[in-house]
Amino acid sequence: MNKMTRVAGTALALLTLATPAALAQTAPKNATVAVTAIVEHPALDATRDGVRDELAAQGWKVGENLRFDYQSAQGNPGTAVQIARQFVGQGPDVIVPISTPSAQAVVSAARDIPVVFTAVTDPLGAQLVRDMDKPGRNVTGLSDLSPIADHLALIREVLPEAKRLGVPYNPGEPNSATLIEIIKKLAPGQGFTVVEAPATKSSDVQGAARGLVGRVDAIYVPTDNTIVSALEALLIVGAQNKLPVFSGDTDSVQRGTIATIGFNYYQVGRQTGEIVARVLKGEKPGDIPVRTAQGTDLHVNPKAAQAMGVTIPEAVVARASKVIGQ
Amino acid sequence: MSAVALLGAAELGLVFALVALGVFISFRILDFPDLTVDGSFPLGAAVAATLILADWNPWTATGIAVLAGAASGIVTATLNVRFKILHLLASILTMIALFSINLRVMGRPNVAILIQDTVLTPFYDLGQQLGLPDAVVRPLFVLAVVLVVVALLARFLTSEFGLAMRATGVNARMARAQGVSTDLHIYVGMALSNALVGLAGALFAQTNGFADVTSGIGTIVIGLAAVIVGETVVRSRVIVWMLVGCVVGSILYRIAIQVALNADFIGLRASDLNLVTALLVAGALILPRVRNPLKARASAEATSR
Repeated sequence: MNKMTRVAGTALALLTLATPAALAQTAPKNATVAVTAIVEHPALDATRDGVRDELAAQGWKVGENLRFDYQSAQGNPGTAVQIARQFVGQGPDVIVPISTPSAQAVVSAARDIPVVFTAVTDPLGAQLVRDMDKPGRNVTGLSDLSPIADHLALIREVLPEAKRLGVPYNPGEPNSATLIEIIKKLAPGQGFTVVEAPATKSSDVQGAARGLVGRVDAIYVPTDNTIVSALEALLIVGAQNKLPVFSGDTDSVQRGTIATIGFNYYQVGRQTGEIVARVLKGEKPGDIPVRTAQGTDLHVNPKAAQAMGVTIPEAVVARASKVIGQ
Repeated sequence: MSAVALLGAAELGLVFALVALGVFISFRILDFPDLTVDGSFPLGAAVAATLILADWNPWTATGIAVLAGAASGIVTATLNVRFKILHLLASILTMIALFSINLRVMGRPNVAILIQDTVLTPFYDLGQQLGLPDAVVRPLFVLAVVLVVVALLARFLTSEFGLAMRATGVNARMARAQGVSTDLHIYVGMALSNALVGLAGALFAQTNGFADVTSGIGTIVIGLAAVIVGETVVRSRVIVWMLVGCVVGSILYRIAIQVALNADFIGLRASDLNLVTALLVAGALILPRVRNPLKARASAEATSR
């Protein structure tokens, strides 16, 4: 070992020792994390698994030094409220509510217990926090607002001629209500006219998709729990009518949409887990800014594109981080 | 099971006791199977939350929520009485229409009032002076509301008008023969029923800080289960005890959910929640029947000896 590396190594070691995080990392003590979601759903379940895996990566393992309670309200906000009270009564180290109604129920019930919400698109609108940068009190979390500007730019790159963009969504979902507003605001910038297709339950999705045939040049599926649950019904309509379907989350590309850029809900969970770990290490939730889920993974599905009569430009495939079917 | 969880269950049980009382009026008094409640519960929540967010006095907001609930009951009654649509279908039509109306009322699917003043705010302050936590103040407040409602309802249902309403439900033809305007009683009964459900929705929004368009799902199931569990537990033909039975049934239903939430130690999963709740409620209904024949046999043997 030469002198230079030894000096650098010592400096690095000193630097690591000096950071309080590294000190706290040495021995994670036992912790209880209580997780609740409004309903069992692929995206929300993936979020939960992401939280658990990230905590494991940071040294809190289920069955060893972590008690990981999970409850689903089975779609009923009344039950969500009851679960929130149950968790507050148990007094875990952190409560992680997934989705807007669950988060509101928990924030309303928990005055002192740290809360790290996730999969909430508009935390300010939901009144979970008053300030994204300085949340204050016992609450912080992660917003799953998708990078819609990037999505629209991607659709424009794949379909230079498209004019009208169909957006199926459930008007009963708070997240989607926020997303559709943003889509309508940003679409003209990319030269799109938005055609809304409401579907209030998963059995309505295929009908909503059929209603778009002939009226739009492409369909964009936002991160809407109802639509994503019934994605296959929509994809069938897309393939039958040569109507290209894009999505807001990368998991859906695996299932058969053409492409997207951004994150999947497992990553949302991992990023939430990072915040939970910070709280477990002693940081005050009120001091941790509310983050927005990050992700720049470009996923493309050339086979799905072909079925819908579209060829994904070489340039897009070349820079994709994942090409489905390869 | 912790005290906070039990208090929470009691509080929700009391809020839904108002739903149970409403369902008692439609199903038991009027013999009108009414599914409107799945829409009028979130309607009450939506109206109260939206008005509170617009800086209305929370009591006024609650009052208007009650009126909105009553209006939805009148719509169902009109579809049935005036236009002869089958009662079940009439109520389903109102229920599905209310989904869209609730979205219109709120302007979005979910309205938060976590930081606004509600009817409970002065009581939270009072509780703080007395050293009572919010988790205790909330159920006490709702209990007071429920007691007032039960007292007023008992009085109403034993009045001449109330007796005529009960007669309408038992035998409409006979009631008409006695000069009772059955149509009027169906209108009033349905309005009253859904007004109570609207009040429940308004209180739900204010005790939990949000109104969500999906919060109506299964309201009728909870209300009906509460009424029937109550009838099994409190066996009485006296009207005030029947009303108390609804309240008790509603609280027991919530405690069943609470037990189900704590059932993971016997290898149950989170997704089993609804099944366990259903089994507990079914058990509560079946057990008294199972015991009776045994008792009957035992007493029969005793007498034969």
